[in-house]
Amino acid sequence: MIAIPSLLGISVILFTVLALAPGDPFEELATNPAIPPEVRMQLRASLGMDDPIYIRYFRWLFAMLQGEWGFSFVSRINVDQLILQRLPTTLIVIGSSQILALAIALPVGVLAATRPYSIFDQVVNTLAFVGFSLPTFFTGLLFIMFFSIWLGWLPFVYNTNITATGWQWWWEHIRQSIMPVLVLGLFQGAAWTRFVRSAVLDVIRLDHVTTARAKGLPEGRVTTRHVVRNALIPVVTLVALQMPIVFGGAIVTEQIFRVPGIGSLLISAILANDTPVIMAVTFVFACLVIFFNLLADIIYGWLDPRISYR
Amino acid sequence: MSASTTEARTAPAAVGQRLLEISGLKVHFRTDDGMVRAVDGVDIGVDRGETVCVVGESGCGKTVTAMTVLKLIAMPPGQIVAGSIMFEGRDIVPMTPAQMRAIRSKQIGIVFQEPMTSLNPVYTVGHQIAETVRHHEGLSKKAAYERAADMLRLVNIPSPQRRVHDYPHQFSGGMRQRVMIAMALSCNPKLLIADEPTTALDVTIQAQILELLTEMKERLGMAVMLITHAMGVVAETAQRVVVMYAGKVVEEARVEDLFANPRHPYTQGLIRSIPRIDLAATTHTRLEAIPGTVPSLLNPPKGCRFAARCRYVTEACLAAEPPLVEKAPGHKAACIL
Repeated sequence: MIAIPSLLGISVILFTVLALAPGDPFEELATNPAIPPEVRMQLRASLGMDDPIYIRYFRWLFAMLQGEWGFSFVSRINVDQLILQRLPTTLIVIGSSQILALAIALPVGVLAATRPYSIFDQVVNTLAFVGFSLPTFFTGLLFIMFFSIWLGWLPFVYNTNITATGWQWWWEHIRQSIMPVLVLGLFQGAAWTRFVRSAVLDVIRLDHVTTARAKGLPEGRVTTRHVVRNALIPVVTLVALQMPIVFGGAIVTEQIFRVPGIGSLLISAILANDTPVIMAVTFVFACLVIFFNLLADIIYGWLDPRISYR
Repeated sequence: MSASTTEARTAPAAVGQRLLEISGLKVHFRTDDGMVRAVDGVDIGVDRGETVCVVGESGCGKTVTAMTVLKLIAMPPGQIVAGSIMFEGRDIVPMTPAQMRAIRSKQIGIVFQEPMTSLNPVYTVGHQIAETVRHHEGLSKKAAYERAADMLRLVNIPSPQRRVHDYPHQFSGGMRQRVMIAMALSCNPKLLIADEPTTALDVTIQAQILELLTEMKERLGMAVMLITHAMGVVAETAQRVVVMYAGKVVEEARVEDLFANPRHPYTQGLIRSIPRIDLAATTHTRLEAIPGTVPSLLNPPKGCRFAARCRYVTEACLAAEPPLVEKAPGHKAACIL
């Protein structure tokens, strides 16, 4: 259970960095001649902002543990409410894009590796190279131009207040998710395809694969049971290690498609110096990353019997 | 293993009947530098219930020959250029992949050189043995695991019922090689190919594995084709010996004849290069080695391939390649001497 100390460490660093960062939520008040400096100071003191960092940290920590996440300086809404409103959207968009990425990377990478240097392999390699060389903010804009402006098929602003009901509601949601999911999924899929291909190529020339063939097993079974199964071990590691990058990429993508997820919440909070929101959102990101690492460890132990947890 | 199955598996083989007949086999590999003639016209016969040793230095084509019998070489870059491999009267060379799969493990089992890497690390050994018998004999999962435990007991692995559920990393090298042998024998094949099964093991373990192979052969009555580079292994196990050099057979004889009267200078050199513990302890003679190295298989020299390293080399040796001819009953050699 390394996860809890990790989270504590992350929260200390986050809190300190944010406390040391320049910028002050009362900056705007300072330029407002109608509010005298004494009132501003009083406001600061009432919010506990003049206390030393460590006192503020512990106060934050205990409040956090009690489920009291504070409220936004800007919108005066409780932070947990703000996050809960937006987290499902982010998880759905990121989740579907990662499933899409795996659905592309696994079969395509395995097929390419079982036919190395064939035409198929070369086409895959080229496309994968193009795919992960193009940043999401570029492909995102390209997609918007193509599908929304030229063809007019898909909306390019994500709308959470869809009034339609029943099937229509689902359809609208799917339609507006297609582009962000595609952009994120294709980017990750391209990177993972190359990785799956090389992981499979590493396993396919090992002795135990020859043993499996010598047993008289059909080629398909040799590939799925004795090649892909073993090649998944490094793939799981990579997928888990890339989770922070995925969330980082999602922030950019959410911004482009105006997806009201926690990524765009974070950006607007940073721009407004809204410390409680920044703190909470980054902390939620940290929790998600650690959760995925934990998940990877569990899958890892299941895939590779040489690793055991006692 | 129950008594009835033991009996069924030890059906006495009709000794003397040809089981495997490799003739004129040529296996070439396409590389960037040109065609490597790894196996260049090899004839090897294995009778039912017989142990044949194939001896030679590294790179002489003995492993490629063994792997070709089960078509386990990568094709491409490898290709069978010529020759036939008759197994029970049927030629393996033109067989489809599906026909080959029916032969692998079921008819011909194989044990590889490296027990540390030949088993899949993510499955239990029981699973890996059961997978073979389930595939070939359609046994239920339970029956297949029972067979796996039986096989482990057969190869003298202690507490087999418990060990079937262990992973390969929980076994030592020698024990893993026993597992490999158990796996290769699990479908009661008629021929076992053992490709340097003891090379990667400690000397004491080597003897145990060879003993096990001999014991298995006697109990199950299969033929064994043992690939090795160690003359000591040959003397201990073989009935007949095939000596290979640079992709060709240079001598073939019964094991007694070969050691008593080696005809080919290469075989003589191999036998002289065996360390003699008894002599080494008393007299300080240097071990006799064969000078020079194996010729390139990319463009082998004209004439006898051993000529460059042979102490008896003559003009005639360099001019034309000597064919493999019978020098004495059952004793063939490819040398003009």
